[in-house]
Amino acid sequence: MSVDKDTVNKIARLSRIAISDAEADKMVGELNGILAWVEQLGEVDCAGVEPMTAVIPNKLRLRDDVVTDGDVRDKVLANAPAREGSFFGVPKVIE
Amino acid sequence: MTDFSRMGVAAIRNGVANGEFKAVEVAEALNTRVAGAKALNAFIVETPEKALEAARAVDADRAAGKPLGKMAGVPIGMKDLFCTEGVQTTAASHILEGFVPTYESTVSANLWRAGAGMLGKLNMDQFAMGSSNETSYFGNVISPWRRNDGGNVALAPGGSSGGSSSAIAARLCPAATGTDTGGSIRQPAAFVGISGIKPTYGRCSRWGVVAFASSLDQAGPMARYVRDCAIMLESMAGFDPKDSTSLDLPVPEWEAGLNSDLKGKRIGIPKEYRLDGIDDDIAAMWDNGIAWLKDAGAEIVDISLPHTKYALPAYYIIAPAEASSNLARYDGVRFGLRDLPEGAGLQDMYAATRAAGFGEEVRRRIMIGTYVLSAGFYDAYYTQAQKVRALIARDFEKAWGQCDLILAPTAPSAAFGLGEKTSDPLSMYLNDVFAVPASLAGLPAMSVPGGLSKDGLPLGLQIIGKALDEQAVLNAGLAIEQRSGFTAEAGEWW
Repeated sequence: MSVDKDTVNKIARLSRIAISDAEADKMVGELNGILAWVEQLGEVDCAGVEPMTAVIPNKLRLRDDVVTDGDVRDKVLANAPAREGSFFGVPKVIE
Repeated sequence: MTDFSRMGVAAIRNGVANGEFKAVEVAEALNTRVAGAKALNAFIVETPEKALEAARAVDADRAAGKPLGKMAGVPIGMKDLFCTEGVQTTAASHILEGFVPTYESTVSANLWRAGAGMLGKLNMDQFAMGSSNETSYFGNVISPWRRNDGGNVALAPGGSSGGSSSAIAARLCPAATGTDTGGSIRQPAAFVGISGIKPTYGRCSRWGVVAFASSLDQAGPMARYVRDCAIMLESMAGFDPKDSTSLDLPVPEWEAGLNSDLKGKRIGIPKEYRLDGIDDDIAAMWDNGIAWLKDAGAEIVDISLPHTKYALPAYYIIAPAEASSNLARYDGVRFGLRDLPEGAGLQDMYAATRAAGFGEEVRRRIMIGTYVLSAGFYDAYYTQAQKVRALIARDFEKAWGQCDLILAPTAPSAAFGLGEKTSDPLSMYLNDVFAVPASLAGLPAMSVPGGLSKDGLPLGLQIIGKALDEQAVLNAGLAIEQRSGFTAEAGEWW
């Protein structure tokens, strides 16, 4: 499988990363180089093999459904680039 | 006067505990070393006051006859991937420039509780993505080492924990934290002639550590001596309910358990790691390592890890996939950089912020990850890579039937020059060929100095152990350390 410039632009859109035309051109070659290299995984016979998500056997713990923290509004907002009062500020989304 | 820069963790801790010197004297001396080594660019932020504050507390505790922690009086460097309350934490990125956490990572909190002090936040590859420390927004870290050809080519300190490796090798600190996703503790340790261990996945909490690839990320110590790694790992590790993959197990007393007598231990030598065209220096060092472990009483056995060659391509699907998901949080809304072009809406703000805030390698990996997770390609790439990961883990499981530990080189070459591999991402990725399999399998793995190349540069030997058997890994590391006679140091040119 290989990617073309339209695909690169689509991936960039999905990634929410703005790219210029020149960057997209450059990325076509780079991504194809990397994808051609990972393609070798196709040679491996994986019949009957379960995909691995957790390497060390571990049980996902559950905790009681109770509030364990809170009252940290100012801490949460401390690093906001555009704080508006007690809210995160964003550009207008609804006209 | 005592030269604190040449003392390791154990020596400083013991000296402070025995009253031979004050913790404050150590902190002052190392603060001065850090301030005088700007040419290495190992630190993004220096925190001399933090180091002094911790030292004063230790001195006061000792004077009051209170018990001292395992790292009491030891100043360390903190990789800038660990959130530190009130101290800028950037993961060496522009998008987090100016981010000051309002909380402390579990690992760093554990270290401060053990009496360690912070000299500063260490430079690294941006978001831990890189093997040479050339992807940091805050500039390259320079290795203190130079080739013995009389030239002054700037060499890579390895990556991603390159600020950590450079600072320790330059004797700015006796130890530092590192994190290892696909070799980021072991490869930089090898490049500068120090030790470093990545413990079993789940030993050290990931809470408060800027996430790269969550199923692989694992913190660990880097230091000049194996004993120091054992001490520091004991202080870092431990169950943390705030990390869902944290292992709910007691922390072994690795330092007390150190024993370099390897009688009864079988060491596996994987044939697949002996690549065609393997570097002569690397091959010779590996043979020396085998001889040292034999001398320590171990039995050597040949083993096979048949899926080794597929580890790296599987890693370069899994790690970017997880990264593309983890790094979705950088949106210019809640923290970090915001780039809002004139008249832009929310979507354009996301895209502009992320284009301006992420470096080239980070953008590349997010896009690869996005692609392999996208509809129509998910099974062919991501699911297949996860299956191959299962086979790699199975290779190790089978090997444990024949051996207790595995010995291999840490990296395929000595340190390369800055700029030598930046034009081709693939050639950079290949540097982690020996480190990545243990990462994919979640196994403890360590690098210890194994000798010098013909160019006079350090080379590292890697020891891989069974899950949860850090003790055996450390013991074999100690056996090598006692036999390698590695005392080489970088000349102080900076």
